[in-house]
Amino acid sequence: MARKVAIGFTLVIVGTMLFATALMMRPFGEPPSAMDDYILENTQETTGANNAVSAVVFDWRGYDTLGEATVLFTAVTAVVMLLRRRKDEAPE
Amino acid sequence: MMSKVVRSVARLATPAVLTFGLYVIMHGHVTSGGGFQGGAVFASAAALLLVAFGSERVKEHMKIPALTGIAVSGAVIFIGLGFAGLATTFFYNLFVGSPVFGHVPPFGPAHEDIWTAGVIPLMNIGVALNVVAGLTAIMVVMAIASENKRDGE
Repeated sequence: MARKVAIGFTLVIVGTMLFATALMMRPFGEPPSAMDDYILENTQETTGANNAVSAVVFDWRGYDTLGEATVLFTAVTAVVMLLRRRKDEAPE
Repeated sequence: MMSKVVRSVARLATPAVLTFGLYVIMHGHVTSGGGFQGGAVFASAAALLLVAFGSERVKEHMKIPALTGIAVSGAVIFIGLGFAGLATTFFYNLFVGSPVFGHVPPFGPAHEDIWTAGVIPLMNIGVALNVVAGLTAIMVVMAIASENKRDGE
């Protein structure tokens, strides 16, 4: 019984939040900031790149890409370190 | 090692996959894609070879220390280019206007001029080296490990 009450309570709360979010949603095509227009207008002038996506990934948000590359590199290092076969370890 | 049909198809498909991966990497600053995506495509050729020919043959040609070195050099190229613009800010695009990828295109859709975008194509190549060598090293190491396990049982 308590379980059903808890489930119903959770459903009511989540539903209310979803409904409130749907009411507050912005209309399509009107983002909450002018940053995308700024990037589209200034990418070719400041970065010289015709591809705005690449310009965002490698220029406007270079830090983010640096983090991604570091995460990938760390994962590779960890996998190779865990699965390597040491020289003194016989291959049975 | 799989059957002769699989090996023949892999032999035919590998150059096409490698060419497409290289295209996605080199044109990352003009069309869709880039270092990460093209590197993943490029590394999928290694997966194809591993499945078709087995790890015993593939590991003869793809040594883990060499792959690790390529991955490190790619990461160093990327971070080095980030530091190269440090006179202005970190990750400043210092090659805009220079002879190296320095054209500044006019405003509007354009994709025919590949000598644009400053450091972005070079960073694409660095990230691509990182991704290609990293993913290939992961796959080769896992294949070798599973082969050891199979033999051990």
